[in-house]
Amino acid sequence: MPVREGTYGLLAEFDTPSQLVRAAKGAYSAGYRRMDCYTPYAVEEAAEAIGFHRNTVSLVTLIGGLLGLVTMFSLETWISVWAFPINVAGRPYYSWPAFVVPAYEWTILWAGLSAAFGMLALCGLPQLYHPLFNAPNFRNGATSDKFFLCLESTDPRFDMVETREFLDGFTPVSVVEVEY
Amino acid sequence: MATKDTPVNDPMLDPITGEFAVIAPGHTFKSVTEEISNIVLTPRTPLGWFFGFAIAGGVVLMLLVALTWLFLRGVGIWAVTIPVAWGFAIINFVWWIGIGHAGTLISAILLLFKQGWRNSINRFAEAMTIFAVVCAGLFPLIHTGRPWLAYWLFPYPNTMNVWPQFRSPLLWDVFAVSTYATISVVFWYIGMIPDLGTLRDRAKSRFGQFFYGMLAVGWRGSVRHWVRYEMSSLLLAGLATPLVLSVHSVISFDFAVALLPGWHTTIFPPYFVAGAIYSGFAMVITLAIPIREFYHLEDLITLRHVDNMCKVMLATGLIVAYGYSTEVFMSYCYSASKWEYFMMWNRMFGPIGWAYWVLITCNIALPQLLWSRKLRRNVPFVFLMSLIVNTGMWFERFVIIVISLSRDYLPSSWGTYRATKWDYMTLAGTFGLFTFLFFLFIRFLPMIPMSELRLMLPQAKIRAEAEPLPEAGD
Repeated sequence: MPVREGTYGLLAEFDTPSQLVRAAKGAYSAGYRRMDCYTPYAVEEAAEAIGFHRNTVSLVTLIGGLLGLVTMFSLETWISVWAFPINVAGRPYYSWPAFVVPAYEWTILWAGLSAAFGMLALCGLPQLYHPLFNAPNFRNGATSDKFFLCLESTDPRFDMVETREFLDGFTPVSVVEVEY
Repeated sequence: MATKDTPVNDPMLDPITGEFAVIAPGHTFKSVTEEISNIVLTPRTPLGWFFGFAIAGGVVLMLLVALTWLFLRGVGIWAVTIPVAWGFAIINFVWWIGIGHAGTLISAILLLFKQGWRNSINRFAEAMTIFAVVCAGLFPLIHTGRPWLAYWLFPYPNTMNVWPQFRSPLLWDVFAVSTYATISVVFWYIGMIPDLGTLRDRAKSRFGQFFYGMLAVGWRGSVRHWVRYEMSSLLLAGLATPLVLSVHSVISFDFAVALLPGWHTTIFPPYFVAGAIYSGFAMVITLAIPIREFYHLEDLITLRHVDNMCKVMLATGLIVAYGYSTEVFMSYCYSASKWEYFMMWNRMFGPIGWAYWVLITCNIALPQLLWSRKLRRNVPFVFLMSLIVNTGMWFERFVIIVISLSRDYLPSSWGTYRATKWDYMTLAGTFGLFTFLFFLFIRFLPMIPMSELRLMLPQAKIRAEAEPLPEAGD
């Protein structure tokens, strides 16, 4: 990846989630699209406000779960019927009711791992470096008690002066420029 | 405050519902964050912590001694022999894994039912699950006799060209317990990521910043991430719920699939699951009460939590009581089998019959005191009751395993069981291991989920303000 330079975006800090949601709605209706909110807990309204409605975590989980089910059931069948057929108390080699239990467990195992690591992957995590951590006030509040809206410079509507004035209209605690 | 009556205008009481508040009033995002993260980030470790940690560490050393001798001499140092070949190892396994189940119940099932009060206790209940599974998993491993070959349990291509036998409940157990351990760890860790981010940002020491920074995987609280994160938590909860029910059901199959009187019964899966949750909640109370006293967390783990946990204990205790009475009914009134009849008579009045009455007293008789609201809010009493229930649940497994195995169909194969000092040392050693891990956890990781508590504060409600939105920038 080439070294990026310049401005990542403008970061507005708010004291309350209500102010943040109002600002995010305002920015969205003003036509900004490349933006994100940063909150110390899940603020669903803020995600709605910036137009983030759908996510694919559940699809990834479903696929993972089905793969786990098929993998385990096929493995059991292959082992018991072809690889190592032994007669246990006269039960058939293909004792499918007994195979249900481990297959059930692996459905949950693979679905759970997909839900967890799929979520991290979809979020692009782990990502230890991010330009926002350069903002002096970000680390003081984003994970404890402050609410942030960042309008990113890659947005076509972004303009250093106008966007800053726009954000000031929402009476934030501060608006700071975030460097790459 | 624990023993006296609650006054009518107590600030801890919700004026509308009359319920005890989940979090004491007056907390802010900042105060919640500070109160919890300071426990971890303070450079001054309380002296009491070192004291407890040292004792627990000493008991772990005893466990290591017992295990070393076991590995040198084999399982013959225990009391297990034919006919009682399962003994303490399996009793302790079932007991410990049952304790773990309440953690999953609190974190998963109560999340699905939107029980907000769970938020203060779910993190350490999940930690309790993991440490209990660690203790539980140890027992079948060392009980195999040659634990260094335990990987033979898993299906893997090998030069012996031998594969596991999937029709056995013991192999189902391998998959149930390993899945349970994995999912519990993942659920716990995923739930902790935002709080690890908080610790990373608040840590003063270089090492703390690095350590929590690596664990937090760069969490920055983006709402897009939060939406996925919440979905992932919900899915994990939805997956953990059938998992927790299946794990103890599978464990009960270890018994129920066998033909032994006292084991071969269809009531076992639901009755084992209820018993697991019962003992698990007792253990959560056993842990929560000293922690809230020691770290002064009465604002966050309130009497509402204690009260609710007692109610869950009472309810699951009654399900367990129903299970016991069904067993009696089946053997005395319904089975028309003299083996079943004898099994129940022997369980009650046989040579180890006292164990049955201990379990009835601890699990059914005494917990009925929890019907009293006043006693449910008496913290020392509830603590004592949790210890009683845990004892009773251990005896339940003792009764099922030892009494049933020692008297099977053929009197010539009857036997008896008397645990050796190595059995007791191993059991006591796992208490030490559990406590040891728990001490490490409360010192180095956030034991109460800060991000979820913030969401529960009144400030978190989004208020529509009358003030109009400012005009767009251009």
